[in-house]
Amino acid sequence: MTGLGPAELVAGAILAALTAYVLLGGADFGGGVWDLLAFGPRKRQQRALIAEAIGPIWEANHVWLIIVVVLLFTCFPSVFARLAITLHIPLALMLIGIVLRGSAFSFRSHYGPGHGEETGPGARTSAHWGRVFASASVGTPVLLGICAGAVAAGALRAPGASGSGGFVATFVAPWLTPFGLSVGLLTLVLFAFLAAVYLTVEARDPALREDFRRRALVAAGVVFLVAFGALGLSLREVPPVGRGLTTGPGAVALHVSTGAAALAAIAALWWRRFRLARLAAAAQVTLIVWGWALAQYPYLVPPDLTIRDAAAPRITLVLILWALVAGGLVLFPSLVYLLRVFKREPAGP
Amino acid sequence: MPDLLAARSQMAMSLGFHIIFAMVGIGMPLLMVMAERRWQRTGDRVYLELAHRWGKGTAILFAVGAVSGTVLSFELGLLWPTFMEHAGPIIGMPFSLEGFAFFTEAVFLGVYLYGWERISRRAHLAAGWAVAVSGMLSALFVVIANAWMNAPTGFRWVDGRAVDIDPIAAMMTAAAPTQVVHMILAAYASTGLVVAGVHAGGLLRQPRNGFHRRALAVALLVGAPAAVLQPLVGDQSARFVARFQPVKLAALEAHFPTQRGAPLHIGGWPDEAAGETRWAIEIPYGLSLLAFEDPHAEVKGLLDFPRGDWPPVAIVHLAFQVMVALGSFMALVSLVALWQMWRRRDLTRHRWLLRALVLTAPMGFICTEAGWVVTEVGRQPWIIQGVMRTAQAVTPMPGLVVPFLVFTALYVGLGLVVAWLLYQQVARSPKVAEENAA
Repeated sequence: MTGLGPAELVAGAILAALTAYVLLGGADFGGGVWDLLAFGPRKRQQRALIAEAIGPIWEANHVWLIIVVVLLFTCFPSVFARLAITLHIPLALMLIGIVLRGSAFSFRSHYGPGHGEETGPGARTSAHWGRVFASASVGTPVLLGICAGAVAAGALRAPGASGSGGFVATFVAPWLTPFGLSVGLLTLVLFAFLAAVYLTVEARDPALREDFRRRALVAAGVVFLVAFGALGLSLREVPPVGRGLTTGPGAVALHVSTGAAALAAIAALWWRRFRLARLAAAAQVTLIVWGWALAQYPYLVPPDLTIRDAAAPRITLVLILWALVAGGLVLFPSLVYLLRVFKREPAGP
Repeated sequence: MPDLLAARSQMAMSLGFHIIFAMVGIGMPLLMVMAERRWQRTGDRVYLELAHRWGKGTAILFAVGAVSGTVLSFELGLLWPTFMEHAGPIIGMPFSLEGFAFFTEAVFLGVYLYGWERISRRAHLAAGWAVAVSGMLSALFVVIANAWMNAPTGFRWVDGRAVDIDPIAAMMTAAAPTQVVHMILAAYASTGLVVAGVHAGGLLRQPRNGFHRRALAVALLVGAPAAVLQPLVGDQSARFVARFQPVKLAALEAHFPTQRGAPLHIGGWPDEAAGETRWAIEIPYGLSLLAFEDPHAEVKGLLDFPRGDWPPVAIVHLAFQVMVALGSFMALVSLVALWQMWRRRDLTRHRWLLRALVLTAPMGFICTEAGWVVTEVGRQPWIIQGVMRTAQAVTPMPGLVVPFLVFTALYVGLGLVVAWLLYQQVARSPKVAEENAA
């Protein structure tokens, strides 16, 4: 570790974009989970609230993932190549989920009920798109988590370097592990937790707000269980991550903060301080992502690709950093405007 | 199916699918803001209805474009990891800028679609313009990246790797200007004329329908000028290919022996084994004149290049012929329509013109697909012209026929659904009588 150079700054930008994707895009997937699990007397209102919350912003939220991919292949090309080769199968499946989720949601929003077709064949097709949207919202985060788990586990060696080199050994075994699946599950419940907490703030009807408060509290409990399960599996299956997670630099402080944020989110939900709960939940998830990053620092893909070794030539990194600054000057005001327009009451009739 | 062929097929299918939605994402926003602007200026609510409907169409097409574009950004690595490993640092810059342009487009499309009641009229129209401009910028940046593959610059290739990388020089590749303009015009021409064709069809059935009349007028204003300019830019593009990619030029013209005063082949079938083109109409000196502005210029033929450097000649030649023929027809019909509009003639009185517009409706998309076949297949066997062969870039992952078939099935299904939804929307066009319209 020799201080911060452009490579570390770009890696930091990738982490920031990934965090934004998890906090914003992740919650949109979580919304799909609650659409699938909608039940009770306010089933329809629950779905309507989810659609209203996601509608104007999901495409913008989705672009964070593209930013991550583009930064990765521009600035850490060998990392991108390694991930694309060894994670071909889960990434391709995840893409199918992304395609189905986005298109089905858009078909339902723009050609479903509320657009002149409350009953009849239009409404039936719309329910069909709703199911596609909701199921894809469940599958995609699991696959994303599986990929992250495989990276964290240090399982993605250069193809051909992993001994036998058979198809299963190279293209399946690295990601299809109990630990990988546990991280997939954790990603799913975290996204659902985020969505439920955000929806308590967005709901106007008190009864609907209570629906999502209860869901958020249940999800918070499940997050605890799954997180400890994943941690346990990591200690047993993947020693390097376990070590990083428990004894790495700053790890203890980070764990304490994550736990504190989690408890604060639960307490705020309990006492119905919904805005505070949203802040705490976002902090909790952010700290989990950063904890993972810290645990494997300075490796991008353990056990061999470090930030420094995998970095593109300096000129590319410096230009990209300038592009990020310039792009940010356009992007952030636009995003603030988008959220200001939609995350407040309509100005009136 | 060999893995390389499967990978190329999957890439071609994914690009061919995405480009349709990407073009609509560039063209439709312009249509919708023009309609909205006319509503704001004239108070004619039919234009407001048009803006709403076009916005709705844009929404689902943009969503499919966004997700299929995501698939492509991953497929660059899933299928061509070695290419991305070397090209990423050189040409990642325009991809990053495209990311921001796409971000802006997504943000303001959200504002536009859901913001009708939430923001002022002026702000709403401005959001529409932001969508239109950022859509065009996305095309600019992505096509720059593709142009670099045709005329790679900004690095030196030493011992199988790139050194002395200069990403700015890479973006200034000589192929970019014509290719970018050609693509953006294609987006406006294709989108404008497909919408024009739909409403020309409506007017054939209901000549007094004011909704179709207004839609046709706006759509022609976007599509027709672009279609008229397109052959001129295409000609510039061909001249670029003549200088920088002589093998591609020879393939798209099915030009086998090197010749001074080379003729232009129209139609015909290239026989690669015999090294000649049969049954073509030959225009004497045509190729030398078009490619080098000199009837006696020497044009290198395929036979002067190693066989291993040839692209599939028949496909490239055929695609080029389709593009030029349909593009010329579109330009001609557009010219007539513009002339009639300029003379303030009532287009619905010319039923032959409406029929011609119905006929041109799908042509822009067919031309664009053919044009990309010329660009991409014509560059084979290279993925980076003269530097890296496509076969060197493909992933070691076996069984690539499986993802190819899965994604093909996914896109065929998605394409059918989108077509059905749009058909439903068009079928429910309002019946606005001309006299009540204003």
